[in-house]
Formats: sequence, structure tokens, C-alpha cells
Amino acid sequence: MNLTLKIWRQKGANDKGKIVDYPITEVSPDMSFLEMLDVLNQELIEKGEEPVAFDHDCREGICGSCSMFVNGQAHGPDSMVTVCQLHMRSFKDGDTIFIEPWRATAFPVIKDLIVDRSAFDRIQQAGGFISVNTSGNTQDANAIPIDKHDADTAFDAATCIGCGACVASCKNSSAMLFVSAKVSQFALLPQGKVEATDRVLNMVKQMDDEGFGNCTNTGACEVECPKGISLENIARMNREYLSASLKG
Amino acid sequence: MSGILNSSIGRKFAMALSALFLMVFLLQHFSINILSVFSPDIFNDVSHFMGTFWVIQYLLQPVLILGVVFHFVMGFVLEIKNNKARQISYAKNNGGANSSWMSRNMIWSGLAILGFMGLHFYDFWFPEISIKFIDGDMSGLIDPNNAESGYRYLEHLQHKFVDGWRVVLYVISFVFLALHLLHGFNSAFQSVGANNKYTKGLIGFGKVYAIGIPLGFIFIALFHFFNH
Ligand code: HEM
Ligand code: SF4
Ligand code: FES
Repeated sequence: MNLTLKIWRQKGANDKGKIVDYPITEVSPDMSFLEMLDVLNQELIEKGEEPVAFDHDCREGICGSCSMFVNGQAHGPDSMVTVCQLHMRSFKDGDTIFIEPWRATAFPVIKDLIVDRSAFDRIQQAGGFISVNTSGNTQDANAIPIDKHDADTAFDAATCIGCGACVASCKNSSAMLFVSAKVSQFALLPQGKVEATDRVLNMVKQMDDEGFGNCTNTGACEVECPKGISLENIARMNREYLSASLKG
Repeated sequence: MSGILNSSIGRKFAMALSALFLMVFLLQHFSINILSVFSPDIFNDVSHFMGTFWVIQYLLQPVLILGVVFHFVMGFVLEIKNNKARQISYAKNNGGANSSWMSRNMIWSGLAILGFMGLHFYDFWFPEISIKFIDGDMSGLIDPNNAESGYRYLEHLQHKFVDGWRVVLYVISFVFLALHLLHGFNSAFQSVGANNKYTKGLIGFGKVYAIGIPLGFIFIALFHFFNH
């Protein structure tokens, strides 16, 4: 396959940045998208040019670091995949492919396609945890019976990998799907109920302070989420938040 | 509870409450207007009641005005905040792949409704207020000095829909209202945290409401245009 890549290049946080065209030839349809970028980078290095900086780690869809907006969609045209799980067979010979970083004021670009997602870490630190006594008399979590449905729903929420595709896809750069997954995974379990009020208030406050937008319920996040996190989590967070603000 | 409007979720909750209220109002408004097609007398009687009963005039009407103003002002506030959350846009963004046109353009359908409301107030609300509170004529009669002349409401309405251009503007506005509601109806329930086993049914009902009510208003406008 021969392709034209239109890649966002930006030297650093303060550089203006621009889209640069890169023709690439002999791409195998069996390559993953990241392998294709590796080939491009090898060519750039051989030519003495600066390679394209992009985040990646596990290359198997579990770390959430391979953030890229490919042809107008987070993680490209396929559903329920990250960019490392996207294959070149999803494109046609002769295609032009736009590759851009996540766009959100709360996710500033560090270099090329790499953005700073530490806003997510700060939201987690604001309440995405439970407090347990670890002095040696910790109770076995299985000692508390949990409704199967609640356990499954909490687990589904916990599969969020913090990739930020929800923010990138949302027209408002809203982080509601991510935060609601992190709130839900605890809110549904007895261990999480203890700190539920503070958790949701603090996490939402941090989310707002980071400069993410408001949710318009367009549902774009749910469609683009590689882990299929459901909008039901956002409704649950709304309920949690409203009852928490009545209490606290 | 303090400062709930300072949080993103609180703002959306308030937005949804005002929207739910407006949707109940819209249904009520439609129910009365459709009477003008089926029974001019009942339409006149109900209009007179709505226009003169103090609970409606001095309690519900101010609440309605507050609700509308809150809704569109908050709509602008959210739009400005949301634009700030993404200052650099994508060179290529395939929004249609993951969301409906209606959901991405609530501000534009909303602005069209706002424009329509300007015309609608000029057509009906300002003349009403002027007759009732400036001329001081609370009789609701075509000729206030002649009890036999009958109520003026239907006549006023029919008079407005003689003008073809006005009918065209009304029809276009109702199309935008339908687009606004096609996303808005279910969005409002999601905003207040209602996403449960009834949601599927509610989505269906929302579609019927969002298309049915504006279509009904269009029918009324066209009916009076062709039957005057
Ligand atoms: C007066 C002009 C209007 C403007 C400028 C306007 C604007 C907006 C905007 C911008 C939103 C989206 C807010 C968001 O980001 O979530 C919205 C939501 C909504 N609007 Fe309006 N609107 C107007 C009139 C109306 C009317 C007359 C109705 C109903 C009869 C209505 C029903 C709704 C509903 C149901 C929602 C969804 C609420 C939610 O998502 O929680 N709007 N409006
Ligand atoms: S909710 Fe989905 S899209 Fe958002 S961060 Fe989690 S895994 Fe990524
Ligand atoms: S590199 Fe880990 S999810 Fe893609």
C-alpha cells in the first residue's frame, strides 16, 4: 500500500506546530498502525530528520498510552480498539491519513502527537481510591458478599484504561466518561460506598478545575471508547453527584 | 448544595430541569392551539381563561419567562465554556462517525428557536400585553364595548397566518425545534441521572414527541393559512 500521511508536527509545548505531509510506500496491510509509524520514523532517522514523537507502551490495548486522532476519529476508524490494535488493512491503497494529537485545553501538547494527560492522574488522586487499613489485619475483600450484577458493572467500569479517547472525541473535550468510570467502579462496591460522597464531589471539582468541558450527552465518547465504557456510568455519576451535593 | 451552578454537573442538571419544564409547557401550548382547528369556541374560551386567570398570568407566566431566559442564557454559558475547553480544533474531525448532527448543533437549533421566539412575541405576546395592560381591556372581546362581538383570540390568530412568509418562517422554526428536541428530550433525562430499564422506551417516546409536537404546530399554521 502507498499512503500519504498528514501528521501534526510540533517541536515543543510552545511551538505553533503544523501538519506535515509524508508519503509512505510499501506498507503491508498486516502491519499495525504503530508499526507503520515505526517504519516512517526509521526512514526519517535515515534521512537525518527528526522522527515523529508518539506515546506507546504495551502495544496490546491495555496501557492506553497510544493516543492519536486518526482520520478524524480517536484511535482511527475501527471500534473498540486502541491505535496499537488498529491494522493497516483498515485503510485502502492511496489513502490520505490525518494523524493528530488529542485536542483539549486540559491535555496540552508536549511534542508532536504526545499530550500531557496528567490531568487524569490529578482527578484520580482527588478521590479515585478507597482507604483501607494495611497494618496486617486487612480483611479479605471476598468476605463481603456482593451482588453479581453490581460486581460485573463495577468491573466493566474498571476496565477504563485512562486513554483519553473520550475527551478527544467529545466536541466539548469533556472528561465525564473517564471520571464516571472511575467513580462507578467504587460507587457500586461496598468498600467504595464509605467515601462515596467526598469522592464524587472532589473528583468532579478536580475535573472542572482542569478545564474539561461540560457534557452535552452527544454519546461520542461511548462510541469511541476502546473499552466500551457505557454512558450509564455518566448517568450514575450525575446521580451520585446530585445526592452528594445535597448531603455535603 | 451551595454553588451547584459552579459545577459542570450542576449546570447541566439545571439546564435539564429548565428543559423538562419547557417541554411540559410546549405540550400544554400545543394542546390549546390544536383546539383552534377543531373547536373555535373552546379555543377562544380556553385562551381567555389562560390570558386572564391570575394564577397563570402572575405566577406561571413569570416562571415560564424565567425558565426560558435561564435556559438560553445557560445554553450560551455552556457553549462558551465548551469552546474554551478545546482551543485548537482538529484538521480533520469525523464527528458524524460517533454522534448525531442534532447533538453537536444544539446551540444553532437553539438560536433558531430564540429567533423564532422574537417573532412569536412580536406577533402574539406584545399585542396581548398591550391590549390588557396598556389599553386596560381585559374583556377579551373583539369589540370591548359590544358583548355580542365574541372573543378576539381566534380572529387574531387567523389574521397572523394570512401572510405566507410568516407561515414559512414558522414552519422552518418548527423544523429546528424538532431537531433541538430530537437530541434534547433524552439528553435531559440523562442529565438528571435517569438512565435505566425505561430508557429504551423513553428514547422511542422522545422521538414521537420531538417530531410529533413540531409537526402538529406546522399543521396548525398551514391549516389557518389555507382556511382563512
Ligand atoms: C430559546 C432558545 C433556546 C436556546 C438558545 C437553547 C439552547 C440550548 C442548548 C445550547 C442546549 C444544549 C446544552 C448542552 O450543552 O447540553 C439545549 C438543551 C436543551 N434544550 Fe434548548 N434552547 C432553546 C430553547 C428550547 C426550548 C423552547 C426547548 C423545549 C421546548 C428546549 C429544550 C431543550 C432540551 C430538552 C435540552 C436538553 C437538556 C439537557 O441536555 O440536559 N430548548 N438548549
Ligand atoms: S472511558 Fe474509555 S475512552 Fe475514556 S479514558 Fe476510559 S477507556 Fe479511554
Ligand atoms: S500502546 Fe498500550 S494501549 Fe496502545
